[in-house]
Amino acid sequence: MTGNTLAQTAIYLLTLLALARPLGWYMARIYQGEPIGINHWLKPVEALIYRLSSVNPKEEMRWTDYAIAVLAFNLCGLLAVFALQRFQAYLPLNPQHLPGISPDSAFNTSVSFVSNTNWQSYVGEATLSYLTQMMGLTVQNFLSAATGMAVLVAFTRGFIRRNADTIGNFWVDLTRGTLYILLPLSLIFSLALAGQGVVQTLGPYQQTPLVESLAYSQPKLGEDGQALMDAEGKPIVANLELREQTLALGPAASQVAIKQLGSNGGGFFNVNSAHPFENPTPLSNFLEMLAILLIPASLCHTFGTMVGDTRQGWAILSAMTIVFVALVFVAVPAEQAGNPLLLELGVGQSASNLQAGGNMEGKEARFGIVNSALWAVATTAASNGSVNAMHDSFTPIGGLIPLWLMQLGEVIFGGVGSGLYGMIVFAIVAVFVAGLMIGRTPEYLGKKIEAYEMKMAAIVILIPPFLVLGGTALAVLADAGQAAVFNPGAHGFSEILYAFSSAGNNNGSAFAGLSANTPFYNCLLGLAMLFSRYWLIVPVLAIAGSLAAKKIVPVSAGTLPTHTPLFVGLLIVTILLVGALTFVPALALGPIAEHLIMIGK
Amino acid sequence: MLKHLKPALFMLLIWTVITGVAYPLAVTGLSQLLFPGQANGSLIKDSQGQPLGSELIGQAFSDPKYFWGRPSATSPYPYNAAASSGSNLGPTNPALADAVKARINALRGGDPENAMPIPVDLVTASGSGLDPHISPAAAEYQINRVAKARNLDAGKVRDLVGQHTEPRQWWVLGEPRVNVLGLNLALDGAVR
Repeated sequence: MTGNTLAQTAIYLLTLLALARPLGWYMARIYQGEPIGINHWLKPVEALIYRLSSVNPKEEMRWTDYAIAVLAFNLCGLLAVFALQRFQAYLPLNPQHLPGISPDSAFNTSVSFVSNTNWQSYVGEATLSYLTQMMGLTVQNFLSAATGMAVLVAFTRGFIRRNADTIGNFWVDLTRGTLYILLPLSLIFSLALAGQGVVQTLGPYQQTPLVESLAYSQPKLGEDGQALMDAEGKPIVANLELREQTLALGPAASQVAIKQLGSNGGGFFNVNSAHPFENPTPLSNFLEMLAILLIPASLCHTFGTMVGDTRQGWAILSAMTIVFVALVFVAVPAEQAGNPLLLELGVGQSASNLQAGGNMEGKEARFGIVNSALWAVATTAASNGSVNAMHDSFTPIGGLIPLWLMQLGEVIFGGVGSGLYGMIVFAIVAVFVAGLMIGRTPEYLGKKIEAYEMKMAAIVILIPPFLVLGGTALAVLADAGQAAVFNPGAHGFSEILYAFSSAGNNNGSAFAGLSANTPFYNCLLGLAMLFSRYWLIVPVLAIAGSLAAKKIVPVSAGTLPTHTPLFVGLLIVTILLVGALTFVPALALGPIAEHLIMIGK
Repeated sequence: MLKHLKPALFMLLIWTVITGVAYPLAVTGLSQLLFPGQANGSLIKDSQGQPLGSELIGQAFSDPKYFWGRPSATSPYPYNAAASSGSNLGPTNPALADAVKARINALRGGDPENAMPIPVDLVTASGSGLDPHISPAAAEYQINRVAKARNLDAGKVRDLVGQHTEPRQWWVLGEPRVNVLGLNLALDGAVR
């Protein structure tokens, strides 16, 4: 790794960790309803929202009520996004006159955005109207993120409260998270991005002349949309000359800001943040990358502040950061090493002052290797799933890291809220394992961990692997599953495994060669996203309800401290062991086999 | 369930208005006011104000007198800015090696005396298919070809490349790069 590589990585991490404390503290104040400027000024707005939706903000909810509110709210969102896509042709703000979306694709996309996954089986600039993007997708970018954060806050209350039967009010947590945290941050980020060149307009696509006109051929289509054939059964090809370029525009900056901040990841354009209008400069790239991990990292401090022991938050953040840094140092060198098969052809891949070198297929010149690989690690550590380079073209090891980070359950930073509640579930498992070793009843933050909590924790940890491996197996066996594969050999298997790892952990990035916009994949991946989101939220809230009802056990000589380096190590080992034991066999068939083939040639 | 349905519907409605209408419109208004050039696609304009292209979106070049940009995998033609796409070719896919070989042949054919190793970004497709930049090494590789095709002094062309080379942002972020469209327009004398 060159000096500049290290410098860019270090600046990124230091900025992130420096912001975690103030933002984490701010979010704790917001969720606890303590005055901090903005929630005082906007108090009337907040009160108006409650009044209009007949919510009593003082009313506390049991965990079951909280869960039902989450599900009811998300179901309404799902139906709204579905309807917007189906009927976009009849609705305004559709300057390109795009037709309605097919039912399976609309189902997949609505699940995808409501569940905070933002898997994209559609081509944004070619299929979705401005209205669908704004009132469907952008809205769910906010609300799915706010839902994840609300569930985390309710979960945290399980540790704070004693002998209580309620864990807060979902509508209040949702409103505060959106109004005081996500909206102000998105405003700041979207304007910063627009200043760098991210487009933000409601005007139609722009026509510009080409300097050099371009000859190309395209099969002629009949009235039914099928390619016309000549007498010999070959498609008739039209030779065309192109003199103009059509630049796709749109209100991108506002959507890009929240898709990065809310661990959503669904791009405005097809290639997401690789598109120069979505991510035009190294600085915009830095800001977007920072936004990926900003809230997940800061929430660790929010958690520590709320439970009254900030060391607990820092311990969890340390565990996340250690795993993150270790994997960055695998992914970046793997991509920088380049592709040995191109080296044979006499291509210069070594880094110098004049070029980034390395494996540049699917990467942008302005980002080079370090920013592409660093982004890939960040976006899959968090359940963001936006990309600034095509993961399908990564080297086998460079692609293995994002794949495995998703399979770890999206707990290394993870999604906003969901990453941390997933991580705390792993912490519960870690104290349980430690309790078995030292022969004491396990406890975490003063709450006894008993059979009920362990059962729920086991569900949370086992469902994603079940979806990932089960879904992959099903797709590999089905003709419709195999037909979508783009790259041959072991890499093709990786494409399927990646798709289910992404959907089964609500990430949303893809090995995009896979033609996933088919009824088979739209339905199967849609179901995987649905289960991995809500079958986790319900048991997490169940743990919260159970913990809130318990009393606090005083610290004794038998208590395992959970803020020490020892516990951080134990937590990391627990996560990595579960992740390795579950997925190494599948990884061996995909990226590991491909790596051996590549270096063996 | 029913008890929660009413707040769920009304909350969705309210947040749709705030985050789906008010927020994007506010950002649109502020961006158009503060950064009109950037928010509308960073267009390069001639002296009459007619757009010549975008600073941020590359175009396809194959004439020896122009600098060539990154290969583009968009369809049905390269640099289709209405349908961005990468190639998604995996590293061991034979189609990748074949595509790279064809690009090497085109480059070597246009400049047979050039014995420099071909910079990797000049023979690999970009992520977006619209990459407006190449590395300084990729520009250096092409200087002699362009100079010869235009009967220009290579030193003059190199100066022009230097003028269109952007360093790392704030000396550390990203990679140094050359804007291909800007450079070619300058060679044609269309701008500046």
